[in-house]
Amino acid sequence: MVPEPADPVVARLCRLCERAASSLSAAGAGLSVFAQDNQFSLLAAADPASERLEELQLVLGEGPCIDAAADRRPALIADLGQVAPTRWPLYADAMRDAGIRAIFAFPLQIGAAQLGVLDLFRAEQGPLSGTELRRAFDLAGEAVTILLDGQEQRGTERTDDVMAGPFELFQAQGMVMIQIGGTLAEAMARIRAHAYAEDCRLIDVAREILAGDLRFDRDQ
Amino acid sequence: MSTVSAERLSKIFVEVADTLVDDFDLLDFLHMLTVRTADLVGASAVGLLLADQRGRLQFMAASDERARILEIFQVQASEGPCFDAFHTGEPVLNADLQSAGDRWPDFTRHALAAGFRSVHAFPMRVRREVIGALNVFGNTVGGNFDDADVHVVQALTDVATIGLLQERAIRRGEVLTEQLQGALNSRIVIEQAKGAIAQAHGVSVDAAFTALRGHARRSNRKLTDAAQDMLTDPGSWAP
Repeated sequence: MVPEPADPVVARLCRLCERAASSLSAAGAGLSVFAQDNQFSLLAAADPASERLEELQLVLGEGPCIDAAADRRPALIADLGQVAPTRWPLYADAMRDAGIRAIFAFPLQIGAAQLGVLDLFRAEQGPLSGTELRRAFDLAGEAVTILLDGQEQRGTERTDDVMAGPFELFQAQGMVMIQIGGTLAEAMARIRAHAYAEDCRLIDVAREILAGDLRFDRDQ
Repeated sequence: MSTVSAERLSKIFVEVADTLVDDFDLLDFLHMLTVRTADLVGASAVGLLLADQRGRLQFMAASDERARILEIFQVQASEGPCFDAFHTGEPVLNADLQSAGDRWPDFTRHALAAGFRSVHAFPMRVRREVIGALNVFGNTVGGNFDDADVHVVQALTDVATIGLLQERAIRRGEVLTEQLQGALNSRIVIEQAKGAIAQAHGVSVDAAFTALRGHARRSNRKLTDAAQDMLTDPGSWAP
């Protein structure tokens, strides 16, 4: 598991949700993470109204956020009115009552490592533009980075894209998962921490791991 | 390449139609297509790259997944025939690698080192958008694709695009973005599983992929699901 985030992490994620809402013309934005029991828990939201919207899917156990996580791909609902009534019987009604017409859910993940979901709520129906989609993916990538790096502040807000790593990085992640007997998310966090500490590039760390020149043990 | 026989080509399209049913695995499908394309045109290797949301090409599938070959695909995030085909929407044909060093220095170095002598690249198009490219490598100088070959390989490239669109029923306009994101993430799952198998069983990542594929076939699981299973419970996974 990613270490239980302390307040600074939640604060950074709340700011990220605020930026998501304001830069993507959304009425709200929220972010839920996987807790230890594989259930979602709400971690951050742009404002109290977003928090209630985000919480609703967790309470009802249905909605785009749940689907995006299960399918491991974004759930882009440009018009809630077009959604079949059987898809989310309770959730869709509740959202309409709250004045939400469109929801866009982005999984926070790297391959099989699932960290959570970022949700955008809009009061108007209609799809995100190409530019808005790219912006949303960038924000999702940033949220993954914040979750992985946890409390360790790296100075400047890094906006590296965790999904665009070279394939060696993901292979190394799989190897480290076995070495530490932990999760893929922990493995990536360890690789990144090592790269920061040694001030070297992720790809170079990955190649050392693949060559067997660098190993991670159960205890750091 | 020699002229493709209509019989061999029609067999491939039957296989494609058989595969494009409910709940097929996109990575299995794209792998099959790269292998069949390589067989059909007598290519040494065929690979397929898809663009991520920032328009960078990412490796998706290849007829040969040895690490040194994957590197050739990876370097095309910034230069190479696929990069060109993706950005112009036009195929790159019969490029002679021995005289391509000025055009694509990094790519050419990697490709020559792997023993390739010629390269072609075909854009993957959806309406007006280019979403990726198919790469064909040969071991003859300059390649020798004629017009008929070009049409056949472009048709197979279009089939790969159809596979991507078909993976789930198309529900909405943004479906392509969803598919691409899902596909790119599936590829990462495979790489993670390769690393985990290599570490747990003391084999190379190349051998790990062969083991993963064999395991998926024997247990009748999709490749992505087999990789997911392994990562969820590595302790009880046996090659």
